Amino acid sequence: MRTIFSIVVDAVAYGMVLFTISIGLSIMMGLMRVVNLAHGAFAMIGGYLASYAIRSMGASYVVAILVAVVGTILISAPLEFLLYRRIYRKSDALTQLLLTIGITFFIIGMANFVFGPTLKSIPLPAALSGPLDIGFRMLPTHRVFVIACGGVIAVALWYLLERTEFGVRLRAAVDNSDMAESLGIRTELIYSATFALAVGLGAFGGVIGAELLPIEPFYALRYMVVFLVVVSVGGAGSILGALSASLLLGLADTTGKYLAPEFGEFFFYLAVILIVFLFPNGLFGRAH
Amino acid sequence: MNTASTTSEVPIASSWLPPELIGVATIAVLGAAGFFLFPEDLAFLTRLIGIAFLVLSLDLVTGYCGIATLGQAALFGIGAYAAGNACIAGVTEPFLLLGVGAAGGALTGLLSGALITRFRGLPQLVISIAFGQLVAALSNKLSSITGGSDGLSGIVPAPVLRTFSFDMYGRTAFVFSAVVLAVVFALLLRFVRSPFGLLCRGIKDDDLRAQMIGAAVYPRLVVMYGVAGAVAGVGGALTAITTGVVGLDSVGFERSAEAMVMLVLGGAGNLWGAVVGAVLFQVFEHIVSATNPFHWMTLVGLLLILIVIFAPRGISYGATVAWSKLFPREPAR
Repeated sequence: MRTIFSIVVDAVAYGMVLFTISIGLSIMMGLMRVVNLAHGAFAMIGGYLASYAIRSMGASYVVAILVAVVGTILISAPLEFLLYRRIYRKSDALTQLLLTIGITFFIIGMANFVFGPTLKSIPLPAALSGPLDIGFRMLPTHRVFVIACGGVIAVALWYLLERTEFGVRLRAAVDNSDMAESLGIRTELIYSATFALAVGLGAFGGVIGAELLPIEPFYALRYMVVFLVVVSVGGAGSILGALSASLLLGLADTTGKYLAPEFGEFFFYLAVILIVFLFPNGLFGRAH
Repeated sequence: MNTASTTSEVPIASSWLPPELIGVATIAVLGAAGFFLFPEDLAFLTRLIGIAFLVLSLDLVTGYCGIATLGQAALFGIGAYAAGNACIAGVTEPFLLLGVGAAGGALTGLLSGALITRFRGLPQLVISIAFGQLVAALSNKLSSITGGSDGLSGIVPAPVLRTFSFDMYGRTAFVFSAVVLAVVFALLLRFVRSPFGLLCRGIKDDDLRAQMIGAAVYPRLVVMYGVAGAVAGVGGALTAITTGVVGLDSVGFERSAEAMVMLVLGGAGNLWGAVVGAVLFQVFEHIVSATNPFHWMTLVGLLLILIVIFAPRGISYGATVAWSKLFPREPAR
């Protein structure tokens, strides 16, 4: 019983980290149809910036998160302007793969050049580092914080996409960008804004998830596949899909690692193959 | 002049010699050059040839059939493990070991191809990655067969043709690998010009149209995957034979991703591109990563970005186009 409980808490926390990072990628892939393998690299930049802000500049956790999100958006803006604009929508998967793998390699090399090859920790504030008493059990506060963050982001994104002017324009651009453009929606601006949103979410996820996915130079390569898998399992562009896929895969991975650690990621990828086989467009995705 | 498949045809075959002969001659000349000019680096050159098989294999499915895959190293690794185990079990004849590797790779290719080619686009890519990761996780777990993270060692093959034993300078290993590469390359050059290969190109260009003219698309892709698996398996077996060890890195994701980079560097959809890409990338890596592996990643990243922007069809294509513009063989069409 105790094992089951801790598996569930860990699985949900891990799933929420996956969700927070992957939802940005999912939105980007739903809208711009870019298989952005560099998304993990942006999460990594966020982690590095937060770590630097706390450890070298003595900033508080909240400030560090702000620095990470804003800094990553600023760093990625020229990349969007110079590179990503070429591969929105029309270009084939192979070109996108190569360009974004290239960007990933470049960021890894630069991150290492600037911050060094060691593992970077992001110290938690006292409020988040202890256990939390929920009446009948003690929970690690950080896990609860991560789960709450994931929930808030899911609701906020849902509101943004379904209830705001921006969301209407964005969905119009997704459904038919040519028509949206002829109606006077500036799709290019929408694309840039969405890119910034996606990158910012990635950076935020990278910071709050650093306990579970530690920040190191190969972060971008190591977890890139996982984020891509979450999006593909959930269905690109779907919040509900990304959420359920993250939780499902988090559960598969955590359970596998608890019960049969020597199998590594075997069960995770077995689950992936089964789900993609049964739902080629993702759990909640639409056929394009 | 062949106008049916203009999208990926490179104007290199229009000459008086059969392309197979040119291929064998080129590899022989380059091999001899490598043998005599860099006698200190034969181990590196041998490894380079092994990886070239992987890139050729990837070219067959990605370049000729348009299947995006990032799990090709699984085929290579299984070929290597199969040959390694056969060798430890007592089958030490090198050519037989190549056969074992090819068979292992072909079986895996058919199996994974049957799964991967059912899809298109992102699902296909993710299934290919998942398959590769599955094989990698299994190779880590089944340490009785693969040696786990320590790797499989103790592979001591018998002398080639019972006369040329594998020496510590790697001379036999290099010549053996180069000869096998020349033979396989010539066979593949023939294969991609066969009706089967041409139809695969047709499928890549427009699979709906291929279906409409009565081609059974799915079985062809699976068979192509099997052939690609055999090629990758030979590469894996060669690596196992010549180095005496098989590590987990042979099945890893990085290996698959690197192969993809090499292929696109050289130019997909062209067997020459696969070999050129494999050679250039690895020589470049060999030189740069000797200083610092992270500078290497920065440079490769930059290189990839530049290629996508300036030479999206690979440098071998760009080079042949430049060549045919400089020295036009026939009046401009």
